[in-house]
Amino acid sequence: MPTNVSHPDEVIVLKRRFGQGAVNIDKYVELDGYKAVQQAIAQGPEWIINTMKASGLRGRGGAGFPTGLKWSFVPKQSEKPKYVLVNGDESEPGTCKDHVLFLEDPHAIIEGTMIAGLAIGAKLGFIYLRGEYRYLLKIMEQAVADAYAKGFLGKNIFGSGLDFDVITQTGAGAYEVGEESALMESLEGKRGVPRIKPPFPAVVGLYGGPTVINNAETIASVPHILLMGGEAYAKLGTERNGGTRLFGISGHVERPGVYELPMGYNMEKAIYEVAGGVKDGKKLKAVVPGGSSCPVLTADELNVGLDFDQMAKAGTMLGSGGIVVLDESVSIVEFALRVISFYQHESCGWCIPCREGTDWIKKTLARVYAGGGTKKDIDNVQYLADNMMGRTFCPLGDAAAMPTLGFVKKFRKEFEDYVDGKRAGTPVMSEPELVGAGH
Amino acid sequence: MSAIAESIFSPETAARFDHLATIYPLKRSALVPMLLYAQDELGYVSEAAIQEIAKRLDLFDLDVRNVLSYYSMLRTKPAGKYNVQVCTNISCMLRGGYEILDHCKAKLGIGHKQVTPDGLFSLEEVECIGACCWAPAIQVNYDFHDNLNVVKVDRILADYAEGLGKDVK
Repeated sequence: MPTNVSHPDEVIVLKRRFGQGAVNIDKYVELDGYKAVQQAIAQGPEWIINTMKASGLRGRGGAGFPTGLKWSFVPKQSEKPKYVLVNGDESEPGTCKDHVLFLEDPHAIIEGTMIAGLAIGAKLGFIYLRGEYRYLLKIMEQAVADAYAKGFLGKNIFGSGLDFDVITQTGAGAYEVGEESALMESLEGKRGVPRIKPPFPAVVGLYGGPTVINNAETIASVPHILLMGGEAYAKLGTERNGGTRLFGISGHVERPGVYELPMGYNMEKAIYEVAGGVKDGKKLKAVVPGGSSCPVLTADELNVGLDFDQMAKAGTMLGSGGIVVLDESVSIVEFALRVISFYQHESCGWCIPCREGTDWIKKTLARVYAGGGTKKDIDNVQYLADNMMGRTFCPLGDAAAMPTLGFVKKFRKEFEDYVDGKRAGTPVMSEPELVGAGH
Repeated sequence: MSAIAESIFSPETAARFDHLATIYPLKRSALVPMLLYAQDELGYVSEAAIQEIAKRLDLFDLDVRNVLSYYSMLRTKPAGKYNVQVCTNISCMLRGGYEILDHCKAKLGIGHKQVTPDGLFSLEEVECIGACCWAPAIQVNYDFHDNLNVVKVDRILADYAEGLGKDVK
């Protein structure tokens, strides 16, 4: 079971009900649950969207798009029904924040879904969980059933005259389905192949209707924002990066865990103070700051605020908030090979630059790792990655290329040393020719 | 009375499938969950399951197969009664995921996607399962086990072998 961690620097908004049995609907109600949705009904859609805009909340899935703005793009009048789709297909390596939200506060996700529905005029919401999260799906299903039993979901919610239904959905194993258009395809019973954009889901989404798609953490933040006020939430973070978010700190740290920190919190402090520093007193070598698709940072680059803009300025991304810490024992060549093997396995094959690029980078890095590489191989890896960037329907191609470029550019010497037969770090793979789930 | 005259599934699963086909704006949306639930009951997605699901959702068998082949959790051959899935993605890798995978291979005497001769265990190397902060982690069927080391893995495997392990469905 996930262990609850805490640190005095945490600012608790999303974790407010953690450890208090809020899975139980009565407990959730006792802890101010389903108050925000009633407030939303009383104040109306415009107020909801304005509050969300004022909150500065940006998408917690990784792209960081302002949530209020996204909701405002949905046309008021639509011939086709509108939908809310909650993305709980959490699959970015290094990320397990939605896991704890589903486990500790499932009703916050239902309430957030209802509020999103009220804001855009939808009557049906879907909560999609990755297939591996079966025990969490059961928790969500029970929470939805409890909400129906109380009359919170269904016809005439809270006497508003409005109806709202929620359907929980399971995936069946596919990283790609975490991308919003592939997610819609999967929910429509198809292969998780991305759609071309535009049109964006806000205009043409699920079943052709306007659809708001938000990450589970984004949705869970919504009721808290309505209760505390948009401005108050915004103030917790930095400019244009409102509030707090769940940071999952993993890898070589003393106290790995999911910590709730204000946006803009210093990354060095997050690693050395909040997560207790590098495990076993070793030296830090590198950090993958926001899930495996984010370009790596070296030990000298960690004095940066954890928000979307400061991370972009530092040449990387805040991503999904999954901070993975690598100590001095890690072979960057091996690590880069493991990362590209993942993307090679998960590439859906629809776009050729991604399908071929991930495969050839994997093959080339495997050769370098095995000791048969040449200097030209390192250039080829960079050339391939450069040519994948921005040339695919969905961001999976970029997600594979960006970290690869980061490793090769920032640790080029380590790759060259491999070619020369000098190997840095302690390899952990016993059969590197068989790497990742795709072999 | 099931929507299908002679269902290959248990009455509970057949009833669940009847219901699933009615709740979505388009019933095809039930396809991915149905395939997974069919696998939960049968151990894999069989030819008969493909045909019945196609019939239930007014699809061609080929449509079902096309979707089935996309999702990594779905399989068309039986796995062991307990499918041991070892995560070796980055967070687990850094905390001993490969050591655990190698240990399971030696202990069970099988490799990736293989089944023990008695059919009790199968082994799979899997990508990130969302337990990064409690790494290294494995899943046995749907049950998560985290903060592992080889000693804990031995105990978990022994528990399953003796029928004491949880089997979440």
